[in-house]
Amino acid sequence: MAKGVWIVAEQRGGALRKVSFEIASAARKLADELGEEVSAVLVGSGVEGLAPELAKYGVDKVYLADDAIYADYTTDAYSAAVAKVVKENDASILLLGSSVQGKDLGASLVGKLATGMASDCTELKIDGGKMVAIRPMYAGKVFAEVGIESYPQMATLRPNVFAAVENAKAGEVVKFDAGIPADALKTKVLETQQDASGKIELTEADIIISGGRGMKGTDEYKILEELAGLLGAAVGASRAAVDAGWKPQSDQVGQTGKVVSPNLYIACGISGAIQHLAGMSSSKYIVAINKDEEAPIFAKADYGIVDDLFKIVPELTAAVKKML
Amino acid sequence: MNIVACVKQVPDTEALIKVKADGSGIEEGGIKWVMNPYDEYGVEAALKLKEANGGEVTVVSLGPARAMETIRTALAMGADKGVHITIDAVDEYNTAAALAAAVKEINPDIIFCGQRAIDDDSAQVGSILAELLGIPQVTIVTGLTVADGKAKAIKPIEGAQLVIESPLPCVITAQKGLNEPRYASLPGIMKAKKKPVDVKDAAALGISVEPKAKIIKMTPPPERAPGKIIGGDDAAVKAAELAKLLREEAKVI
Repeated sequence: MAKGVWIVAEQRGGALRKVSFEIASAARKLADELGEEVSAVLVGSGVEGLAPELAKYGVDKVYLADDAIYADYTTDAYSAAVAKVVKENDASILLLGSSVQGKDLGASLVGKLATGMASDCTELKIDGGKMVAIRPMYAGKVFAEVGIESYPQMATLRPNVFAAVENAKAGEVVKFDAGIPADALKTKVLETQQDASGKIELTEADIIISGGRGMKGTDEYKILEELAGLLGAAVGASRAAVDAGWKPQSDQVGQTGKVVSPNLYIACGISGAIQHLAGMSSSKYIVAINKDEEAPIFAKADYGIVDDLFKIVPELTAAVKKML
Repeated sequence: MNIVACVKQVPDTEALIKVKADGSGIEEGGIKWVMNPYDEYGVEAALKLKEANGGEVTVVSLGPARAMETIRTALAMGADKGVHITIDAVDEYNTAAALAAAVKEINPDIIFCGQRAIDDDSAQVGSILAELLGIPQVTIVTGLTVADGKAKAIKPIEGAQLVIESPLPCVITAQKGLNEPRYASLPGIMKAKKKPVDVKDAAALGISVEPKAKIIKMTPPPERAPGKIIGGDDAAVKAAELAKLLREEAKVI
């Protein structure tokens, strides 16, 4: 019978991504409720040293595939390795992060394992020995409870939503060789172009300051960037601002952009079209700064200021400067 | 080239979505249905490849009778023919299985899907389809060149972008930025009416409707508690009050 809660640990360039600790902690919680173990699959090249970090967050066993063929993440290599070990061990639950890599790997595993997966979940629970996943659909206009009728029961978890909780376990390393013939790997990473701007990735940011139509232009974002610099925040944009050409597509928050859930989301000059709310309404705290008191964003905001953002933001920057 | 673009009909992004009282699904009355925006990038990429290399674009869609409108939209944009697999709601795995059954008969050089559909937001079908067809995939693609039997795709990841090469045939899932989808012209719309669409019943393709991922129930999103509006005339005072609340009450800065 299928048993055990499994995760795929995500590493890049020899470092674990934060979402790995979040899914390890979520897995630990489910496993404790079921009285089962947490196993992590760690795939990479020269990554054995990462196993103790996973153990710190509640992982009992680390299944390690360490080989030069895994130096770059490719869907075919990673998916073949994870599918093999998960199948052999008849995993009951398999969790990944809903990051770019986790989404890609998870969906490919669904095909290989012929199972079901709940994507981008915001809550997990156990009901009658089975996993129930709660996830937004229609860009957060609806929440669904999803059960997986086959094994492993798969889910990807939205980054920044599940708390990473230290809970040290043994983290025993079990090495495995997926035995993938090199000619079975079809795709190749030709090049990795690092973003040299040093920008904080929106989906990983604890604080996001976003500007919308009210920003009026590209240069005006400087006032948001100054505040962001002080707070260690990322700067985002609404679709209106992206469509106007003020910010690149990669900065867009919303239904056709990125879905984010930071601790703090400061919306400046954003009216709060349903399209935008879809991408940020799972933020823990929302601040709205907008001239128009009728703007729908105020209905979602924990704190609101009805005023000109060009007056408020510089004053907020000054106030934060004094405080920090 | 023999090119396939998979499309899905979804509610417009501005649609108000209401959950049925029994939580079994959404109320469909009053919804404006459109082509999934990410699929538009896929259709456009397919048409561009055809224009550059010759060949044929087949658009494949799974859905109830109304999904035919979305197939016609793709035909009006310039696709040559359609396949409509008629079925009501079904989960990601079985959707991909149905598409795989239809696509196998077409035996394409390249398949485009949207990186996700904006209704269920699963971002799974393109990848599962590639696995079921036993061909490689590159997901969330913002740039693409195809030459010498290979696809070279640009894929943004957190803090970087990758250039990935894949042999054909492969599945590419399209992300915003890949291109600017064209609008259907009036002559295009007229021509689309005469283009062939093969309607297949999902059951006849041997597609299971027993979901692997089953929606137990839907609910409206949790309500947020009403917020605090910081009033007053002086911007500096209001901003200072906000900073104080964020630090002392919310404890987020």
